[in-house]
Amino acid sequence: MTGLQLSADILGAALIHPEAFHRGTPQKRLRFWSAWVGIFLFTIYCFYTLGFFDISRLISGFEKLFGVVSFMLPPKAHGRTWVFLHALLETLGMAFLGTLLASLASVPLGFLGAKNVVSNRLFHFTLRRFVDFLRGIDALIWALVWINVVGLGPFAGILAIAVTNTGELSKLFSEAIENVDHKPMEGVRSCGANAVQTIRFAVLPQVFPVILSNSLYYFESNTRSATILGIVGAGGIGLQLADRIRVMAWDQVSVLIIMILITVYGIDALSNRVRQQFI
Amino acid sequence: MGIMDHKAPEAHQPFEDFRREEARIKRGKRRQNWTFTALFALALIGSCIVGEVDIPEFVEGLPAFFNYFGETMPDIRTESAAGDIADWYWGIDRWLVLLWDTVLIAFLATLFGFVGAFVLCFPAARNLNSNSWSYFICRRILEFGRSVPELVFALIFVFSFGIGPIPGVLAIALHSCGALGKLFSEINENVDLGPADGVAAAGGNWFQKIAYGVVPQVFPNFMSYTLLRFEINVRAASVVGFVGAGGIGQELMTVIRQFIYQDISAIVLMLVLAVILIDISCEKLRHRAIGEVKTI
Repeated sequence: MTGLQLSADILGAALIHPEAFHRGTPQKRLRFWSAWVGIFLFTIYCFYTLGFFDISRLISGFEKLFGVVSFMLPPKAHGRTWVFLHALLETLGMAFLGTLLASLASVPLGFLGAKNVVSNRLFHFTLRRFVDFLRGIDALIWALVWINVVGLGPFAGILAIAVTNTGELSKLFSEAIENVDHKPMEGVRSCGANAVQTIRFAVLPQVFPVILSNSLYYFESNTRSATILGIVGAGGIGLQLADRIRVMAWDQVSVLIIMILITVYGIDALSNRVRQQFI
Repeated sequence: MGIMDHKAPEAHQPFEDFRREEARIKRGKRRQNWTFTALFALALIGSCIVGEVDIPEFVEGLPAFFNYFGETMPDIRTESAAGDIADWYWGIDRWLVLLWDTVLIAFLATLFGFVGAFVLCFPAARNLNSNSWSYFICRRILEFGRSVPELVFALIFVFSFGIGPIPGVLAIALHSCGALGKLFSEINENVDLGPADGVAAAGGNWFQKIAYGVVPQVFPNFMSYTLLRFEINVRAASVVGFVGAGGIGQELMTVIRQFIYQDISAIVLMLVLAVILIDISCEKLRHRAIGEVKTI
């Protein structure tokens, strides 16, 4: 009795939702399977092109990697603790100054790039493309360029971070400015304010929290990128890391990696707290 | 009369309280502002010192900076534009192969990362795993993977596997595994447990519960995040080449180090265009992946 009831229910459900009760049309199934087979074949092709079928190289590589990891433990600084800590401080300084410079440059660029501030189409287009250009090139490439200008060291890293972030932040800022509420602007203008006063008293109070929270977020992500800029010669802890790997001092390498991990966690936690408190 | 005299000060009382309170809050605010300004100045000065900020050197180097860009610009004349562009992109065949290699590195790394993340994300979800040990271990593995930058892994892998794309793939894969695994486990934690409980009630074990109760719900979101990660990995793959991990980055590093100026702009332009193209196509695919959720 209940069995019959159940099968009748199932039949009813099958009538309402036919797609749940069989595996789709043959066309659909063909498309599904050909997608998976395509991905599989493409993967094989990747393995072949990138040399993953060179088994002996893979085996010797993993053996060597295993050796490296066993040399890494236990981590030992060998009296270079202060050098490493200074490098870490340098990395934090790079991130801080890079973000600060980028934020300062992005405020005017963001205003100029907002459609509701400057309405000239050509100007808007040119500025946006310029900003895209700054953002499109990776910070590491910028670091290599700045090294040619100011020499090796953290200053090149600061400038690299500043340039890439200017591209990112000014885009975000102009979007924030384009999305402001118009009523305060009208109100301020109706009291006889000029353009600068309108921006100061109607636009800035609305976009300032956005600017602040984005700058904070970018500081956080910049501490991560600042750790690697040193690998190409732009100072900070990455420089030490690349150097220690070059001389195969693996126990010091693991100290540096642990320091990077602690810093990343610390900055994460700190910025979370600051964000909760202020924004 | 006497009553009025008696009452007057009391009427002023709330107002004075208000003023006192206001002054106190203002003092507090002012103190906070000063503390912040002081901290900020301290951080600024400290950063300038450790960051070796050298304004004269910067100003002195600025013409060199613009020179650098001037040098990298190709000389394209209107009367022989086609020939000049061909001249600029003299190595296009080789560069396209390297660019394709870069995309393949990103693809394979995303695939490996996806597989690793897929395996680890279910035990790393609080609601799906009651065993605190395996939960803790999976969480720590994922955290380690995403906190160490790809380039650091790449340096170590280049040392062990030799120069070439293999260390690049492994380095990016390890980092993607951590990053994707965290996102996946967060998706898992927001899943509707009803279907999984249904499977368990019908006698399914843990793996069947995951396979039939959870995966169908989360898979479209997984795919969307994986495609996003692929975009990120294309950028990463072009950068790990700087330390010898294959792809177009290795070539770019060579031409930058050897000051072959016009090649720099040619390769960078190619790279930026490729990244934009992949971003746009991935975005379309991503919308389709998420769109599936809505139609079901």
